Amino acid sequence: MTPTANLSLETARNPESLRRTVIEPITRVEGHGKVTLLMDEENRVKQARLHIVEFRGFEKFIQGRPYWEAPVMVQRLCGICPVSHHLAAAKAVDMLVGARRLTPTAEKLRRMLHYGQTLQSHALHFFHLASPDLLFGFDADVARRNIIGVIGAHPDLAVKGVKLRKYGQEVIRVLAGKRVHGIFAIPGGVNKAFTKADRDYLAQDIAQVVAWSLEAVDVARKLYEDNLDLHASFGAFRSNYLSLTTPEGAFDLYDGGLRARDDKGATIFDHVDYTHYLRYIHEEVKSWSYMKFPFIVSLGNDTGWYRVGPLARINNADRMPTPLAEGARKAFMAHGKGEPVHATMAYHWARMIEMLYAAEAIQALLEDPDVFGTDLLVKGEPALEGVGVLEAPRGTLFHHYRIDERDAIVKANLIVSTTNNNTAMNTAVREVAAKYLDGKTLTEGLLNHLEVAIRAYDPCLSCATHALGRMPLQVELRDAEGALVDQLIKDADGALRR
Amino acid sequence: MSKSFFLDGKEIPFKEGQTVLQAALAACHHIPHLCWRPQLEPHSSCRLCTVMISGRPFSSCTQPAMDGQHVISDTPELLALRRSVVQMIFVEGNHYCPSCEESGNCRLQATAYSLGLQDNHFPQQFPKRERDSSHPDVNLDRDRCIRCETCVRASRDLDGKNVFGIHGRGIKSHLAVNSPTGKLGDSDLDAQDQAVALCPTGCLTVKRVGFSVPIGERIYDKEPLEQVQIREFQDFQAQEAHHG
Repeated sequence: MTPTANLSLETARNPESLRRTVIEPITRVEGHGKVTLLMDEENRVKQARLHIVEFRGFEKFIQGRPYWEAPVMVQRLCGICPVSHHLAAAKAVDMLVGARRLTPTAEKLRRMLHYGQTLQSHALHFFHLASPDLLFGFDADVARRNIIGVIGAHPDLAVKGVKLRKYGQEVIRVLAGKRVHGIFAIPGGVNKAFTKADRDYLAQDIAQVVAWSLEAVDVARKLYEDNLDLHASFGAFRSNYLSLTTPEGAFDLYDGGLRARDDKGATIFDHVDYTHYLRYIHEEVKSWSYMKFPFIVSLGNDTGWYRVGPLARINNADRMPTPLAEGARKAFMAHGKGEPVHATMAYHWARMIEMLYAAEAIQALLEDPDVFGTDLLVKGEPALEGVGVLEAPRGTLFHHYRIDERDAIVKANLIVSTTNNNTAMNTAVREVAAKYLDGKTLTEGLLNHLEVAIRAYDPCLSCATHALGRMPLQVELRDAEGALVDQLIKDADGALRR
Repeated sequence: MSKSFFLDGKEIPFKEGQTVLQAALAACHHIPHLCWRPQLEPHSSCRLCTVMISGRPFSSCTQPAMDGQHVISDTPELLALRRSVVQMIFVEGNHYCPSCEESGNCRLQATAYSLGLQDNHFPQQFPKRERDSSHPDVNLDRDRCIRCETCVRASRDLDGKNVFGIHGRGIKSHLAVNSPTGKLGDSDLDAQDQAVALCPTGCLTVKRVGFSVPIGERIYDKEPLEQVQIREFQDFQAQEAHHG
């Protein structure tokens, strides 16, 4: 079966005669986006779109800058996963200085940084942003459906979530000097050695972090399986999947070859050198969103769209390199019955398996003598073009730079993780709109169903801000002439008013 | 008989020929300054080292110390003046500290932190400045130039080359390069020149070494600006004494 994007609800035939409902901004996601619904007089959904309304322009204003500035400048794209941009750009500039292979110390320390970030980002998303929906229900009382509500009802769980995130941030601080926007990777390696004191500090809590991560996998699994009918079908659709894997086909977050599989798990391409990504991935532009729509070239833009991130990585991996995560992966994949797991809500479970992997991988690195090496930099034959790809918390991240003979960047192309999921998120929105909102009078709880579907992807819409569910929400209902008929406003304190 | 003056009520000894700023630094008392460097003739252009003597403002980097003189430096009014000066420097350039390789080593940034700058206050001017990456080993980023003429003086007086000058007026004034094409790559600048080493910001930087010093080990991560500047002058004095 070909992946379905439910394109029938992408563009209505007669938008001018339909009522428009807008969810803006979408809450408990990183950055700003909005959802628009067009409905007819019988409240039938005729069009549903997720719009990314921000314009960043990093690809433009990095032009002219020296290449060694790229890993530091582009990480400002994001306040949640700057390490991803820092490392993807560093991998690209490694190529510019001819560093095809880093020293074992440098690569392992970069990996530790990346795993620390995956740990903190996934903990943030699951516990702070997503758990209120999962624990209280999609249409629970809005005043309770936030992290404060979680702290009140499940204080033990909430505290573990906060401490898991803190540990990931500490890994980043120890290596990069700051929890957010530190500097560690430089062309050809890293700028600082790891000391025994650093190891002793991080080793104090790592066993606890692994144990809590394992508990988090169980919580995510239980939430999914206890509501199997809902979670397996909510915003669910078949799709292709893209991720990096090791040469042996195992899960990897930092490096590897590109693997794409179709909705049945059959290989589309595998072990592709990511520096050739442009031969395999193209991007389509649509007039109503600032975010592009990537697709697999050989399949075309109708059926070549794909999903990335935790669900794609777990679906695509033949195995996890760490024992506890591998056990969790097997339990997860059993739900696919020999095929990939397609449920949008399964992202949360897959994300926790990845968090467990990150914790185990940090634990292994803390016991690895290579991390204490002092051989931190390599250089080789310089090149004028470099590509860096890794698996960011939200999915496959591409950085591509071209420089002139005087070290200035002349061209930059970034395909940010969330961009890869653009069609998928729009499809999820349309699936949910058609199933849950069609023919209904809109309420805050029903509208939250759309946000729940988007949140599952942990999108980083601007890679910049988030506000713990306290962002105001304003929904306007307008008639065919555009006049305001009704509105529902959620204030920053959670109070609802018309 | 030794001579002395009073800086904010404290007695400061000085040697004949010393300026107020030199005497203060020699006695471990800091007066904020930016364009003055121990190795160079004073330029008195940034006005950050302004002090009050007998109710009148003077640049302490050029004002000779005088016996019995009362110098006022540490007052709310002078702090406000110095903040305004630094704010004007910021708005007349394009300074993006988060991605600048000199962050943590930058004298302008350290001065702003030292003075407690919270914002730019004045409207940002966004001057259009040309970057020059034509030199094989040195980057010239005019966005970060504060026109202190440190490189102009250092190239002329220490390197003996005369590579730099300031052209234009007002907001259009900019660092010019003395070469047939006006490009740095066609000048006789060398990456080891004092003109590059003494640049207080990220305007002149050696290529391909940016960010190699980790956060926590950069100049102003380890030591406050005031101590760095006092130590810098005292080291210079010791060197001068050693060389006779």
